[in-house]
Amino acid sequence: MTTMQTPVDNGVNVEALLGVRDALAETPEIAQFQWRATVSWVGGTHSRSTVDTFYGFGEQQHHKTTFTHDIDHPLAFAAQDNGISPVEYVLVALGGCLTAGIASIAQHRNIQLRSVQATVEADEDLHGILGADPEIRNGFTGVRVSYQIDADATPEQIKALVAQSQKRSAVYDILTNPTPVTVTVDVP
Amino acid sequence: MLKTSAIVVGAGHCGLAMSRCLADRSIDHVVLERGEVAHSWRTQRWDSLRLLTPNWMTRLPGFSYRGDDADGYLRAPDVAELIEGYAKESAAPVRANTTVTSVRQAEGGYVVQTDQDLWHTRSVVLAPGASTVPKVPVLQGGVPTGITTLTPVDYRNPSQPPDGGVLVVGASASGIQIAAELHRSGRQVSLAVGEHVRMPRTYRGKDILWWMDAAGLLDERYDEVPDLVRARNLPSMQLVGSPDRTTVDLNSLSQAGVQLVGRLAGIRDGIAQFSGSLPNMCTLADLKLERLLDTIDAWATKAGWDNADTPRRFAPTTVAAPAPLTLDLRSGAIRTILWATGFRPDLSWLDVGVFDRKGNVRHDGGVTASPGLYLIGMPFLRRRKSTLIDGAAADAADLSRHLVHYLDCN
Repeated sequence: MTTMQTPVDNGVNVEALLGVRDALAETPEIAQFQWRATVSWVGGTHSRSTVDTFYGFGEQQHHKTTFTHDIDHPLAFAAQDNGISPVEYVLVALGGCLTAGIASIAQHRNIQLRSVQATVEADEDLHGILGADPEIRNGFTGVRVSYQIDADATPEQIKALVAQSQKRSAVYDILTNPTPVTVTVDVP
Repeated sequence: MLKTSAIVVGAGHCGLAMSRCLADRSIDHVVLERGEVAHSWRTQRWDSLRLLTPNWMTRLPGFSYRGDDADGYLRAPDVAELIEGYAKESAAPVRANTTVTSVRQAEGGYVVQTDQDLWHTRSVVLAPGASTVPKVPVLQGGVPTGITTLTPVDYRNPSQPPDGGVLVVGASASGIQIAAELHRSGRQVSLAVGEHVRMPRTYRGKDILWWMDAAGLLDERYDEVPDLVRARNLPSMQLVGSPDRTTVDLNSLSQAGVQLVGRLAGIRDGIAQFSGSLPNMCTLADLKLERLLDTIDAWATKAGWDNADTPRRFAPTTVAAPAPLTLDLRSGAIRTILWATGFRPDLSWLDVGVFDRKGNVRHDGGVTASPGLYLIGMPFLRRRKSTLIDGAAADAADLSRHLVHYLDCN
């Protein structure tokens, strides 16, 4: 039996990523990145974020366009639901980060993906944010991600993709490990 | 000033293997040793420790294990005795109790200062031992006062730590062995688990290392492995050498009552914070073990080892959900922290610019950029087996050949 070999293409430029990793050996300082977002209050629990610049590879960088996102809370919270809630952005970020990782690692491992879908769920106990029970934390008590992946690979290879993606994911790390957070305020 | 062609720093198995290869090539040299031969095996090993590799794998250039327990695992004092026997049989030119205080580049080679003498040598082989100085993470600064901290280098036995619970940080060979031993002694033990290498002691009736050796996996070369940085930074295999060839893994530890927690990610206000990544760390290790066993089975079929026990797979690692994310170190539940977080060599006396920004020696399979300066015995130096005793022979053969060629050309 002969099979047609078509080059694996998940749309990820792995050579460029590996090139960056090689470049880091000589100039480790270009690895220092800074991400930025501004968030402005619109009214009620509604605010709007703007993201357009970041710093990396030794210089200021710009997104192709300025991205804005509405952040609000659902009607059930007596809010106007002008956008998804902040905690849902966290789910979006986690799913987006892990999925980007899966595509990149699959490309590197020569695995053609046909479809990838993540369902991200998180549990939260409102006693925390409402200050109703000091024993309950504000944030998630648990996060579950379930993937449905169709790819030219064995089940073990697909499981390994998903595991490796978690190992290399920034958002997964941010969620699973503590990070120092400093909030300052300038009062006019 | 004393003169020689080569100085080997360190009289462990690697330094002596190198010495033997240099002697075979008639290179005049000395081996400088801060203590006695096999110093760290005499002074830096806990009481119950045995070699991770079976005795038949104790093969050095021109020498090997000769006892009648080929499948057993040597205790640390027996390892020291074996290495001492090797030094004697090789008539290795060891200068014991001689501490190197500086190695500098000089005209025609290097000047080596010791607490005894000053040497000029045309070449230097660094054999400082990969497991000499414990690496302890920076977050140790947050450990509250009153907690005893130990490392595998100063840990001896379960009666040593003060009464009370122990947090063992790190699930490599040292971490799992010490956690198991402390738990058996009746202590409450928590084990912080990051990336780890799960390994059954035996597979299909043979030592797992027998399969890895026979299938050539331990011979994999540093210039052929896909990701050398990763390969060189892998934690040690979760193995223990014991007379009954037991497997100690996270399942057996948690079934016995050891509490598994995620990687120690921080200590804030006296509270240890553990990563939520424990399930994935276990999945990664389970998948990696399955791939290893697939490779072994495929090799066994090809090589005709069908008479070995039938292939099997091990139960996935089960993690009690949810594993605790914090542990209050001020509550009194934990009295001791044992840092099983890896080791590094002691090269504080090396005054040659061969270090990278993280303080590791840059080298290409043990050959540094400084002509005539070599390194041996480090993880994946030239092969996967480079840190095993059994890895010294091939590496010493390669590097001594390189060294002799260098001396011939200069």
